Amino acid sequence: MSVITYRQALRDTLRAEMVRDENVLVIGEEIGVFEGSYKITEGLLKEFGPRRVKDTPIAEEGFVGAAVGAAMLGLRPVVELMTINFSLIAIDQIINHAAKIYGMFGGQTSVPMVIRTPGGGGQQLGATHSQNIELFYSFIPGLKVMAPSTPAEASSMLRAAIRDDDPVLFLENLGLYNSKGEVPEDYAEPENSNVATIGRAAVTREGSDITLIGYSRMAMVATQVAEKLAEEDISVEVVDLRSLRPLDRQTFVDSVKKTGAAVICEDDWLTYGIGAEIAASIQEGAFDYLDAPVRRVAMAEVPMPYAKPLETAALPSVESISTVIKETLSAVGKRVG
Amino acid sequence: MADTAKPKGGTARGSASRRRSRKDTALGNEKPETLLDYYRQMLFIRRFEERTGQAYTQARIGGYCHLNLGEEATVVGLMDALQERDYLFTNYRDHGYAIGKGMDPKRVMAELYGRVDGVSKGWGGSMHMYDTQTRMLGGYGIVGGQLPLATGAALAVTYRGGDEVVMCQMGDGTTNIGAWHESLNIAKLWNLPVVFVVINNFTGMGTTVEMSSAEPELYKRGAAFRIEGERVDGRDVLAVRDTATRLVERAREEQTPFLLEAWSYRQKGHSVVDPAKYRTDEQRDEARSEENDPIALFDAKLAKAGILTDDLREEIAASVKAEVTEAADFAENSPKPDVSTLFDYTYATPVPNESRRMPADPVFAE
Repeated sequence: MSVITYRQALRDTLRAEMVRDENVLVIGEEIGVFEGSYKITEGLLKEFGPRRVKDTPIAEEGFVGAAVGAAMLGLRPVVELMTINFSLIAIDQIINHAAKIYGMFGGQTSVPMVIRTPGGGGQQLGATHSQNIELFYSFIPGLKVMAPSTPAEASSMLRAAIRDDDPVLFLENLGLYNSKGEVPEDYAEPENSNVATIGRAAVTREGSDITLIGYSRMAMVATQVAEKLAEEDISVEVVDLRSLRPLDRQTFVDSVKKTGAAVICEDDWLTYGIGAEIAASIQEGAFDYLDAPVRRVAMAEVPMPYAKPLETAALPSVESISTVIKETLSAVGKRVG
Repeated sequence: MADTAKPKGGTARGSASRRRSRKDTALGNEKPETLLDYYRQMLFIRRFEERTGQAYTQARIGGYCHLNLGEEATVVGLMDALQERDYLFTNYRDHGYAIGKGMDPKRVMAELYGRVDGVSKGWGGSMHMYDTQTRMLGGYGIVGGQLPLATGAALAVTYRGGDEVVMCQMGDGTTNIGAWHESLNIAKLWNLPVVFVVINNFTGMGTTVEMSSAEPELYKRGAAFRIEGERVDGRDVLAVRDTATRLVERAREEQTPFLLEAWSYRQKGHSVVDPAKYRTDEQRDEARSEENDPIALFDAKLAKAGILTDDLREEIAASVKAEVTEAADFAENSPKPDVSTLFDYTYATPVPNESRRMPADPVFAE
């Protein structure tokens, strides 16, 4: 095993897939000469040339749609959208076209493409650049939506996304790019069997008192919460969703059946958010096992402010999640530290 | 920029009849069998569409239904300009193009009926004809949604060093959306062999070109992207074929996009249910007049040249009628899709954890 950053995991895996498959090409803004706004595509233009690393104009609908058309003819484009906020410009091509083409033509052609895009708050980028709008895409049959939280997940899931025959929204979080974690030694080998199964969640930390469910950056925060509460002798089981569509309900429902309580932490807004779907699924799948109402900790329902204290207050934190976990446990008479 | 059907009136805001003067292409050395084949194809699309409209009013066909009535010369001329290996993207007015590109009319009709033998197995309907084999890569229902797809298909062609051309058909209303500008720009920047074809029937649903386009001379609008544009009289199948062939072959050789505007009369409303009340009596008469009917015009031309005799006309009409009836019968007799197939076409790579199958099913199995 070696320890690398989330950024490096993405970069090396992307390169390995380009080496492995001639049909994989990268399309996006500032990915070539500029080497990527967040340097995920660093070095690719020099190695693969402009045929396979295509800088685009600032025209998201145009180039995302072009990737869809190229995928219909069998290429495997990996599109980089500079931030998920810009995906709104391309949303017709993503929802009306990429997601629908396999179905509405009766399975005659598929759209094997990946849209990689970072999102999330906490960088003081203001209202239009601090959103997590994965909900829009997770809602759509025909799309697959992945949200890795660690370098190892980033690598195995990106490999899976590129090799999958369907359009995949691959969500990265600005707050994760510099985070580090262990990866297998051969993570960057072109011929690598370390390919994630799309649609599988994971119990990343075992516990017995309560289940804490998160994804992407919040799965990392959830682990921090579990570590902190362990010092107070509270045993938190952490579930990392990894994939938002398809959604692995069974894994977190089984966990809740074991612990009897659940808290969901999410980086998006509360009302209608991903957490609402998780909570509904727990109600449907583990109602008889619940000792307390399912609680959700989400972003404050405001356009994200720029000022640091306001922005920090708007985001879920180790402290706010810990508080809600303790409230939930005390509501059912479990001892809290 | 050539202007093969120069408007007589000169001003863009003149009446439609002034804008659309005729300058017939001569039959020249055309082979009679080629001319008769065009005639037959146009008549076939006409009768097919009439039958479609009829089936729609009988509720045999559901959804939206946009017909090519009046635009047959444009359809046939454009399709003959493409090689078999060339790709086609169209908008929702796609039945004629599907047939013209070589799709089996029986399966086109079955798709309209929503049956399993439909080209898209009943999943697409009127607006979504698709066939990998004949390279008709789809009718699309969102105005202009097909433009980025067409540039992407052309990107795939050039990526592999192929020499296929992509034709991208659209209506006049498309030329004002963002995807138009983005796609023409990208097509020129990346040297993509795409021929963008604007069918200008002068009305985007009920809104005229003058009401919606600051530059209503649509073929000029490629100039912003250094894309050469031409305009052709869409009533004249030979003019359409000649102009389109020239642009398709130049796109192939020069690896660059072109823009073609074809004037074409939409004889009826935007869709089958649109009575076109926004048209004045004069405009309605104009749209349906023999003078502007591409089939009547071509018929007269071929008759005058002695190529289309009364006997031949009757023979073609009878065989077209029989083939259209055969298509409708095929559609009628094709099975409806079984509901057990409802989940077959959501994902090309199946997903685990698909817990809910039908709407009332529990999320979790017992």
